[in-house]
Amino acid sequence: MLDLRLYMLQRLSALVMAPLALGHIAVMIYAVQGGISAGEILSRTEGSVGWGLFYGAFVVAVSIHAAIGVRVIAAETLGLRGVPLAAVGWLVCVGLLAIGLTAVFSVTA
Amino acid sequence: MMIRPHRNHPLWLAFMLHRVSGLALALFLPAHFYVLSLALRHSARLDTFLRWTDMPMVKFAEFGLVFLLAVHVFGGLRLLALEFLPWSNRQKAMAAGAVAVAFLISGTFFLQAI
Repeated sequence: MLDLRLYMLQRLSALVMAPLALGHIAVMIYAVQGGISAGEILSRTEGSVGWGLFYGAFVVAVSIHAAIGVRVIAAETLGLRGVPLAAVGWLVCVGLLAIGLTAVFSVTA
Repeated sequence: MMIRPHRNHPLWLAFMLHRVSGLALALFLPAHFYVLSLALRHSARLDTFLRWTDMPMVKFAEFGLVFLLAVHVFGGLRLLALEFLPWSNRQKAMAAGAVAVAFLISGTFFLQAI
């Protein structure tokens, strides 16, 4: 039952991320022209609620998606089961959420 | 050593590309987030790092990262279509298309970056 729920959550997070990832790629191609600097990044994102929500949602979705993906690889390739497998999934999810939301706050606050 | 038959199938390569690109992106994300988190209090350190990324080899590595992201996104869209939409027989063509679009996007990024 847990596996089925994680399977669906993996697909749901992918559906949420698809437009966000395409938007991120477009921003990268636009922003990389002429080089990037801290000032250039902040001039675009600082104080922006829109970019905060965009990248905040991206970080939440990618943390869930990556954690489930790494959990699948840990189970299928490394043969992890039970508590160690759950620990890997939670560690990836919480770790990415913590540093990801810190990064979003840093560039949009 | 004999390669097991299913591993000769083009869609097994698509599966492996999706898995390897996903794992590589998951490993890259902590570094990506950490560097961006320097923006608020240590913007000089961020600028030092960003100047390092102007090196041609780093630009080439960024091209690789953008390719991995794009191929994971478009390969993932193929998988979502496979699972949730009516069956299509053109899975190999769509997998090849995902790789082609990923090259187009990452190539465009690279040409803008250099």
